[in-house]
Amino acid sequence: MPDRKDKYKEVAYYHGCALEGTAQPYNTSTRAIAKELELKLVDIKNWNCCGAMEVKNVDPEIQTYLSSRVMSLAHNEMKQDVVMAPCNGCYHNLKKAEYDIANKEESRAVVEKISAKADHPKYEAGQVETIHALDWIKFGYGEEELKAKIKGGLKGLKVANYYGCMYTRPRHIFPEKDQGGESESTSKPHYMDDLLEIAGAVNVEFPMKTACCGGAHTLSDSDMSTKLVLNILQAAEAAGAEVIATECPTCHSGLEMHQIRALKRLSKQTNVKVIYFTQLLGMAMGLSPRKVGLHENVSDSMKFMKQKGIT
Amino acid sequence: MRTFEKLEAALEHPVHRGAPKDAATFLLHVGEEALENWIEAKELEPTDQVREGFRILALHRQGAKGDPSFNACRETARELVYHYNLICLDPDHPQTNHRLEMMQLVAKHLVFFIGGKLQVAGLGEFCCAAKPIRLESI
Repeated sequence: MPDRKDKYKEVAYYHGCALEGTAQPYNTSTRAIAKELELKLVDIKNWNCCGAMEVKNVDPEIQTYLSSRVMSLAHNEMKQDVVMAPCNGCYHNLKKAEYDIANKEESRAVVEKISAKADHPKYEAGQVETIHALDWIKFGYGEEELKAKIKGGLKGLKVANYYGCMYTRPRHIFPEKDQGGESESTSKPHYMDDLLEIAGAVNVEFPMKTACCGGAHTLSDSDMSTKLVLNILQAAEAAGAEVIATECPTCHSGLEMHQIRALKRLSKQTNVKVIYFTQLLGMAMGLSPRKVGLHENVSDSMKFMKQKGIT
Repeated sequence: MRTFEKLEAALEHPVHRGAPKDAATFLLHVGEEALENWIEAKELEPTDQVREGFRILALHRQGAKGDPSFNACRETARELVYHYNLICLDPDHPQTNHRLEMMQLVAKHLVFFIGGKLQVAGLGEFCCAAKPIRLESI
């Protein structure tokens, strides 16, 4: 859709808290790609937490307000009409807030009340469009154009694309999905597959694309998280993958940490590498591993990528 | 109906011995049993109905009623059905053993997920299960 190319050329960038901490390499690689593709990311100043999982558990309407404030900043202060959130948690929460504000009187009332107290304009449904980093690259730059940017490519690297459970769920907050044609599928998402295939990867048939990684359990029930993650890693290896490509900071951290924990606690070793899709795309475009923050990942995939001749 | 410990133990070793259809049916039943455990824990009678031709899909739907976060395993249940169909519709396919291996991993995931969800059912939302633990530690 040509209008999306114009619309996504410049977006309000809401990286959220994860990309400032454990998911710093996701941030580094997203910014590196933006520069390479000449897509403009305008940071949202004075941003706040989207409400993540913690606030939602205390009061879902407060979470709606927190996400609405981010969208209000983008619309009212920055005059932007697109917010790009690479984190699945942020993306999910902003989409949920958008849906609730459009459809629930109670949500609108809470947003109006707290926005007035906080002395900023309330967010109204439809003022911005929230997109994921996958939409941003796929439509803001375009697949044909991306082909022309690939230098060296991923050289047939076998990849299992792992989207996690928040990118497509619950379906009702993503009305643009499951619309056929170019739209994303909530049962078998494929945008990451599409982009990495263009970059020269061979995508394996992976039945756990949207399976739960136990991310929210990492601290409260680590053993269960380790079991869930180990199973995902083993499934990726059984599917023939050398790399699991990720697009969610919670999933990514969970896969990396529990891969180590599974070895220590359960003596189960897996060797599949865990790499953000933005890092893979960046390297396929000829950016150095350092430029895409590969050295900042918990797991060490530098040597592996070198062996594959991708760096 | 077996407990989660027994279900996990049943999946400990490869099941792709004997007739592929039998192994696929066994794995599908493991998935159904995991869901039955969840539904019974909610003090409901597991349904005998089918959805799209499969009881597991009807059980998932019943288990997710009033608990949207349970939909995190919707696609896992559907993947079990997909693999079951692949194996049973063409048991002589050269990929059958591989498909059974993948189906077993999918079944395992469903068992782990529901087992974990049951463990924390008393702790609040699955996706924020630590809250009561945190409160206790204050």
